[in-house]
Amino acid sequence: MTDKLAIEAHGLRKSYGDVDVLRGIDITAEGGSVLALLGPNGAGKTTTVKILTTLIRADAGTACVAGFDVVGQRRAVRRSISLAGQSAALDGPQTGEENLRMIARLAGLDRREARTRATELLDRFDLTEAGGRRVATYSGGMRRRLDLAASLVGRPGVIFLDEPTTGLDPRSRQGLWDVVEDLARSGVTVLLTTQYLEEADRLADRIAVIDGGRIVAEGTAAMLKRRVADQRLELVFADPASFAAASDLLGRRVLRSEPARHLIAVATDGRACSVRAVLDEVDPEATRIDRFEVHGATLDDVFLTLTGAGPAGPGSSSIEPKEVLHA
Amino acid sequence: MPDSGQLSRRRSVVGDGLVMSIRCTRLSSRNVEALITSLMLPVALMLMFVYLFGGAIDTGTKYVMYVVPGVILLCAGFGSATTAVTVSQDMTGGIVDRLRSLDVGGTAVLAGHVAASLARNAASTGLVVGVALLIGFHPTAGPLDWLGVIGVLALFVAAISALAAAVGLLAGSPEAANGFAFFIMFLPYASSAFVPVSTMPSWLQGFARHQPVTPVIETLRSLLVGGPAGSNPWQATAWCLAILVGSLGLAGVAFARRTAQSLSS
Repeated sequence: MTDKLAIEAHGLRKSYGDVDVLRGIDITAEGGSVLALLGPNGAGKTTTVKILTTLIRADAGTACVAGFDVVGQRRAVRRSISLAGQSAALDGPQTGEENLRMIARLAGLDRREARTRATELLDRFDLTEAGGRRVATYSGGMRRRLDLAASLVGRPGVIFLDEPTTGLDPRSRQGLWDVVEDLARSGVTVLLTTQYLEEADRLADRIAVIDGGRIVAEGTAAMLKRRVADQRLELVFADPASFAAASDLLGRRVLRSEPARHLIAVATDGRACSVRAVLDEVDPEATRIDRFEVHGATLDDVFLTLTGAGPAGPGSSSIEPKEVLHA
Repeated sequence: MPDSGQLSRRRSVVGDGLVMSIRCTRLSSRNVEALITSLMLPVALMLMFVYLFGGAIDTGTKYVMYVVPGVILLCAGFGSATTAVTVSQDMTGGIVDRLRSLDVGGTAVLAGHVAASLARNAASTGLVVGVALLIGFHPTAGPLDWLGVIGVLALFVAAISALAAAVGLLAGSPEAANGFAFFIMFLPYASSAFVPVSTMPSWLQGFARHQPVTPVIETLRSLLVGGPAGSNPWQATAWCLAILVGSLGLAGVAFARRTAQSLSS
């Protein structure tokens, strides 16, 4: 099924009461590819996944997964997919092996097949030793791996991973990434939601950036990265009037603007002469600009730029000011 | 897509129900503290009734002969709280999404919980009867009567557990589900479980005679120690079946509703 669309959604909308969680989501993923749905908390990632996995119904729009309609052919969709979430979907008092065997039985395997499959998956996810222990004693990383193993029991063609590494320490995250990469190589289609651009960059063939219930950008990691400059010069103005004047002057060169802080960001190569040129252009009398900072653009900047998140947005902590100077 | 899935689905509600029963029973058996409580509490209650209250209650027979069915039912009530809480925990945890994505229906999920409840009650009832025999309970029941006792008890426990499961589905949290136990636990007190109904104030007698626990108690009593059963077996069966069917229907609707409205973005 590599030449067919494994996931295809058009105009998905969903509201809870007055809150519009999704406002028209269009996404597609080719068979055998990895699509990352990247966005901050509350952007609509999980809602999208729940609609695509038939757990909830969209208010409007259509979606096909593995060639089946998620509403009309719900059962066929469920037979072709699996969903791995943030690992709560396991029984703590059961051992890893018991969990896998239970899920295998529920997926339609007989007793013997279920045992074989459980053994096979424990081995593949490096859990053979832990298989006989209760899941309640597992570390976060082990639980995620087991959760992922559980979602593979029925040999699904399309796998949904909802924030698989949220809350994991870096080492466990690395381990999980290896597993997902391995999965992608085996030819299944993966839709992965994440708040981390690094994760999307590492794992996904294509990235769809979601914010406020809409897809705000879509493409390969390289395509998205091209949208932000290598370095960014942030100017903080002394007063609203100066801020407004500079906004007009810079026009389309403004990468980001925060009126509340009188802050404007523009692209720069970071060299002193370039920075000085911008400062002189915007503020020839040296009275308008209060401070400036030069930031090395990170992958997270793409995210911040596209999602319009402020400095408190996810991942902002990884933007380290290279220098802080007072003008 | 030859390799990517499409397992032959040798599945049925019965098969799923069986797997869920094994799961729930296993979970129960591993909750050691709750297990010990559910086994020791009935025995403690029976000893309390027989040795503390029993002397003051005139039932026309040795009190231990009178009270055993009541203790068993009281404990079924306690046990129903466990069912309500575990169902609620399943619904508020992540497991329900996995089960739903595996296309496991509400019936199978509930059957699992009811089966686990039956297993727990079988263990505690066996222990109660065993201890009762040691302290002077000498039933006159023959093998067929014992089968009847088991049948009536199983039906009652299944009905109460299904009701508890429905409450667990409807309750917003495990704590709220736990509150339900109070109502179920109250029922045996206002029945002929511990004192003859004729000793109650007249306004309570009407309720006591016409609530499900009394006919179940009277049926068990007549099977265990003899005496006329009258229409009690039929009333007991009708009550239990009505509660069972009503609860399963309610639970089915509640399961569909609960799983349709999982929130969060």
